[in-house]
Amino acid sequence: MPSSVMPTSKRSDGHLPPAAVSTVGLRKSYGDKLVLDGIDLRIPAGSVFALLGPNGAGKTTAVKILSTLITADGGQAQVAGHDIASSPDGVRAAIGVTGQFSAVDGLITGEENMLLMADLHHLSKREGRRVAAELLERFDLAEAAKKPASSYSGGMKRRLDLAMTLVGNPRIIFLDEPTTGLDPRSRHNMWQIIRELVSDGVTVFLTTQYLEEADELADRIAVLNDGRIAAEGSADDLKRLIPGGHVRLRFTDPSAYRSAAVALSEVTRDDEALSLSIPSDGSQRELRSILDRLDSAGIEADELTVHTPDLDDVFFALTGGTRTDGTSGTDDPNQPSRPGRSKETAR
Amino acid sequence: MSSLSLAVRDSNTMLRRNLLHARRYPSLTLNLLLTPIMMLLLFVYVFGDVMSAGIEDGGADRSAYIAYLVPGILLLTIGGTTIGSAVSVSTDMNEGIIARFRTMAIHRGSVLIGHVIGSVLQCVMSVVLVGAVAVAIGFRSTDATAVEWILALGLLTLVSLAFTWIAVGMGLSSPNAEAASNNALPLVVLPFISSAFVPVDAMPGWFRPIAEYQPFTPAIETLRGLLLGTEIGHNGWLAVAWCLVLAVLGCFWSQSLFSRDPR
Repeated sequence: MPSSVMPTSKRSDGHLPPAAVSTVGLRKSYGDKLVLDGIDLRIPAGSVFALLGPNGAGKTTAVKILSTLITADGGQAQVAGHDIASSPDGVRAAIGVTGQFSAVDGLITGEENMLLMADLHHLSKREGRRVAAELLERFDLAEAAKKPASSYSGGMKRRLDLAMTLVGNPRIIFLDEPTTGLDPRSRHNMWQIIRELVSDGVTVFLTTQYLEEADELADRIAVLNDGRIAAEGSADDLKRLIPGGHVRLRFTDPSAYRSAAVALSEVTRDDEALSLSIPSDGSQRELRSILDRLDSAGIEADELTVHTPDLDDVFFALTGGTRTDGTSGTDDPNQPSRPGRSKETAR
Repeated sequence: MSSLSLAVRDSNTMLRRNLLHARRYPSLTLNLLLTPIMMLLLFVYVFGDVMSAGIEDGGADRSAYIAYLVPGILLLTIGGTTIGSAVSVSTDMNEGIIARFRTMAIHRGSVLIGHVIGSVLQCVMSVVLVGAVAVAIGFRSTDATAVEWILALGLLTLVSLAFTWIAVGMGLSSPNAEAASNNALPLVVLPFISSAFVPVDAMPGWFRPIAEYQPFTPAIETLRGLLLGTEIGHNGWLAVAWCLVLAVLGCFWSQSLFSRDPR
């Protein structure tokens, strides 16, 4: 089976492992709105790739195009060695898709959904029953198998959705926000399931809005912003791009605020909110040093919060936007200019 | 697998899915069945005596009007059932599972073919049920032979196929079930402005062309000819031609709508 999904195409470079998904200059717009503005990707077979981005960044559009649900306006893409435009059925035979909105038939039972998939993959009746029963068991749905899918909880629907995707034994799986809307326990279940898929050698293309999720699962992460890849690399590569966390001190007394700003060097001031932010990794040692300096100056802050980097920080770091709460202090003229910013204004 | 056997196999799977839906949730089908039965009873028992004055130059009675009415009611049944098809196609297209089907290596047309065959089967079943009610209240054919009965059933099936394809197109072009139901309304309005309830001759002169040049009138007249022995004339060919043209148009229309990028 793997041989059919890893063809040695003319384009493939002899030194690189075969690409499960590769795109060049993929573009899509809806009316006047440009959703994807030239996406280049190369995802090696057998790896987990995460497309990370906020709502409206174009993640779902990218998945829809690569899974042949919609057509691109420009650019090229190959999935499992098949061109998405000229050989969509070749792509479809190799992929499985689990969308953000559950693609299960709510009117019929979980088991009937599974058997429907087995029929559409042309499995024999016996084989279909075996695969359906096995997957229902594996995804902890055996008990609910005879109930209509519309009565399932969000997590169960998502598991059924993924189980249906696996009936055809796809070599490349697209997971569009697989854990959005799930409770923490279901989310961790889903992560475990995805890890198991990967250990079977399946290539996983997932989209997410959570940095943590990409960090947990993906070998490589691309950050999609405004239809363009703002950064790509391993989780560690990306974390290096994120400005460190910071400690935020709030005061009610303006004079205490001013003397604290003097006592602590390297602060970003917010005179209106009477708050200071100090770059910090949030470690015990750094916190102690800040507190020591405040103590020796005889200043007491009214509030202290430790802010660890999140997806917002990645985005603001990569796109040069301004945080609405002003904590990253981009209004500071001494702030080094960020690479993405000039590009944005040039547009 | 050859593309034909793929088409047959996948369409069969889709058909079974649609029949499963219809069996699990029969309320839509049953609701649509109520309308023609109520019409039948209303026109026979409430209006029957008065209406019969309008046929056979006034020499008819209620039982003659039953005979006149039933072919039209059977076609009205088909029209009503296909509204259900438009609604269920439209509802189905908004389900996530259709997006899944589109990303699977299955026969592209099978989703629609499954709907169409399922709907034609439902039409035929409804026609048989309404026909049974008609027989129960006194409808009898006038010496129709076995061949004529088979031709009558064949015609009803062909009409079902034609209107189902149109209804599927209407369902695909509607954003939601409510819109689909409204857009498919002509399928039950047309029988009322045909020769279903009164002869076309009884209508004002300016209106007659509308009643005459539409698919239901020749189909109804052909059905009358087959079951009641009236003159069919060129209505037979007209009915078949209407059905074929509508089926082919509906089929191409539906497929081009389905192959567009989904909303």
